Amino acid sequence: MPRLVYVLLPVLTVLSLFVGAVPLRPAQLLHDPEAWQLIAVSRLPRTLAALMAGATLAVTGQILQTLARNRFIEPMTAGAGQSAALGVLLVTLLVPGAPVWAKMAIAALAALAGSIGLLCLIRPLPPSQPLLVPLVALVYGGVIGAGVTFVAYQGDMLQYLQVWLSGELSGVLRGRYELLWLAALATAVTWLIADRITLLGLGEKTARGLGLSVAQVTALGLGAVSVVTAMCVVTLGAIPFVGLVVPNLVSRRMGDNLREALPVTAAAGAALVLGADIAGRVIRAPFEIPVSAMLGVIGAALFLTVLYKDPSRD
Amino acid sequence: MIEVKGVSHDMRGQAILRDVSLSLPRGGVTALIGPNGAGKSTLLSLIARLQRLQRGRITVDDLTVGACADRDLARLLAIMPQSSAISARLRVGELVGMGRYPWHGGRPGAADHAAVEAALAQFDLTGLRQRFLDEISGGQRQRALVAMACAQGTDYLLLDEPLNNLDIAASRQLMALLRVMARDQGKSVVIVLHDINYAAGFADRVIALAGGRIVADGPPTQVITPCLLSGVFSTDARISVIDGRPVVVV
Amino acid sequence: MIDRFVLLFGLLILSILGFMTLGAEGSWSFLLPFRGAKLAALMLVGCCLATATVLFQTITGNRILTPSVMGFDALYVLVLTALVFGLGAAGYAALPVPLLFALNMGVMTGAGLLLFALLMRGGRGDMVKLVLTGIVLGLLIRAVTTFLQRMIDPSEFQTIQSASFARFTFVDRRLLAATALAALPALALAWRMRFRLDVLALGTEAATGLGEPPRRGQRQALVLICVLVAAATALAGPVSTGFAGPSSFFGLVVVSLAHLVTPSPRHAVLLPSAALIACIVLIGGQTVMERLLHLATPLPVVIELLGGLLFLFLLLRKAQG
Repeated sequence: MPRLVYVLLPVLTVLSLFVGAVPLRPAQLLHDPEAWQLIAVSRLPRTLAALMAGATLAVTGQILQTLARNRFIEPMTAGAGQSAALGVLLVTLLVPGAPVWAKMAIAALAALAGSIGLLCLIRPLPPSQPLLVPLVALVYGGVIGAGVTFVAYQGDMLQYLQVWLSGELSGVLRGRYELLWLAALATAVTWLIADRITLLGLGEKTARGLGLSVAQVTALGLGAVSVVTAMCVVTLGAIPFVGLVVPNLVSRRMGDNLREALPVTAAAGAALVLGADIAGRVIRAPFEIPVSAMLGVIGAALFLTVLYKDPSRD
Repeated sequence: MIEVKGVSHDMRGQAILRDVSLSLPRGGVTALIGPNGAGKSTLLSLIARLQRLQRGRITVDDLTVGACADRDLARLLAIMPQSSAISARLRVGELVGMGRYPWHGGRPGAADHAAVEAALAQFDLTGLRQRFLDEISGGQRQRALVAMACAQGTDYLLLDEPLNNLDIAASRQLMALLRVMARDQGKSVVIVLHDINYAAGFADRVIALAGGRIVADGPPTQVITPCLLSGVFSTDARISVIDGRPVVVV
Repeated sequence: MIDRFVLLFGLLILSILGFMTLGAEGSWSFLLPFRGAKLAALMLVGCCLATATVLFQTITGNRILTPSVMGFDALYVLVLTALVFGLGAAGYAALPVPLLFALNMGVMTGAGLLLFALLMRGGRGDMVKLVLTGIVLGLLIRAVTTFLQRMIDPSEFQTIQSASFARFTFVDRRLLAATALAALPALALAWRMRFRLDVLALGTEAATGLGEPPRRGQRQALVLICVLVAAATALAGPVSTGFAGPSSFFGLVVVSLAHLVTPSPRHAVLLPSAALIACIVLIGGQTVMERLLHLATPLPVVIELLGGLLFLFLLLRKAQG
């Protein structure tokens, strides 16, 4: 699996630069300055955004699943995603005239605040019941989500909110996606502590016995998860699938040693999102199908094939 | 009588058991020994239908494993598996009580309560009955699992490495208890052991498995020999005979 | 434990009284059957979803899952969206209600049973695989739904919006009877399984050793879950906001509260406790929504907000105590 993914990635990247509503051919680059303009302002940022979103969402999904020791949890629904949505909503309602970057910053801060809230909530939980952590995260996320729906319903903004939140890359331009670099940075930090997170996934006792500072690693891990989710939701909307399913797929093949699995997860997530985006641009050209819809279809097909291809691996 | 006829078992292309046949008559303590990967745990789990039989036939008294009703087999044979990851959050008393399920199907009667009390007392767990499984020590948890298998009140009792996590006093106590149950209550105990000395000290019959085959079968003095140690376990520890029983000097 | 049940019964009576009497205007001969039907629907839906969630959590051995993770709610919204997309909001509203009910019930039950049958046959049913497949299919369905919704006129979207949250404002008595017909036998069967569920909760090896091979129990439980969730959702609509992710919040909160209020591993305690709490939450939530908030918010939103806060409060108090 790793080799396939690593080969696919550069191919998809190059493809993405030339595919879109405005047709572009490599030959044009030689004599057409507007072609370069298109790439610089639209295609390259879009490609980078897709790659970074896919990679960071997949990696933080895997981290969260390792920390929570539960394979069915993902950042979008465990508080970080909903807090980001709340931030987006509040900003739209309270300061509708603010510049885009300000809106993004406020929404991102809201997401971070939400995650800090979750960390405080988790602190007093008894360590002998590890199942409580994902449960609390889900309930907490649900409460915030309910709050968001409540406010949106009152202000008759539900459809608008849904549109903003549906993951989409068509609005990505230079100057609109840079927050994702922060997400990439946060994810890179987690790779540095990947071994420690793996250890934590073996259980608190084992981890402590090996001298690990459980609180610190949990905080770092969750912090990265929140930053990534916030940046992605605010820039691109909610991108489903990647944080939940890609880690599951990768760990079925490669196991749970994060130092080895994370790069593959990142590459797989990036390839998946970029592939879905390209497909969305191509299928009904010149119309675009949003990446979240494509992910649902492509991702599902891919996942089910991998899951059921190998009958002896049970 | 447990009859194993021509049982072979493959796992992911690896042969774990190769054409194993043996008879385990009623009564007595039978120990299964062998190096890691010899197939002891697999054999036990096949007898207890925890895994599906691939080739061969196993019968327990007049029931054929795989063809009989599960509850009937559960009333005849109890197994305490090695990796007992009990997922429910139970108290010790509740866990031991679950052992009576094949008999009462959910509605315990006086006989069931009595059996549970007896099992708790036998394994020194009466004081711990209200504690949760995740609140007690590993050794205590192990005893609780054995107690549950005993409470099942069956003629045949299968145990897979029950001495893990038990200190020397608890180990000796458990093995002595098993021997008493075999002798006085007529139970047949089949036990997988890693420590050869416990097999030598408490078993009536020792069966050695290696590479998926039975390589030795008989009373301890006959089976536990320097030949076995070097041939099967690839080690050359000395054997002393003390009070008529072989003791491996580790 | 008895005192906890007395407490729960007391709360239930209180919420029923509140629902029936608060803000009562008009004659009793009208109110009684009108509110009575709604009450019956609320309780039926509550019992169905609570029972289905308890069953599902036991056979998957995972406390953060609920049956809606398998995409039942998503299917309902897809059918709704497809109908509005194809027939228009007016055409959808003109559909006879029993037909709609039968369609929903048929699609959800059929799809669920098909999925379970495909995945559980051939002996080695891996529950993790089953759940993951359900999640993925649910995501797929949601993706298609969102895509369709984007192509729908905003004015038509209103119809979808209000119909994709559970509503009890008007209950068709024929539908109530049909749902009861499907759900009550399923509930009875689930209750009969209570001791087997205790054994199944021990894990595969222990359960097999006690004469209860998990496969059979899982299959039977899945059929019951299918029928219960399909019936409840077809009657009232999805009891989730879709913001809590694939897992429906309602089932999660209700069963988690049951574990907190009546801590016992026995299903003979858990099943009735969860059902009681579900009824209390639904009836109480509906009362708050109708009388205090005057229908300004969908019911699932109220439930998730209040239910979730209650759960977190109780949990933290227990953790610190």
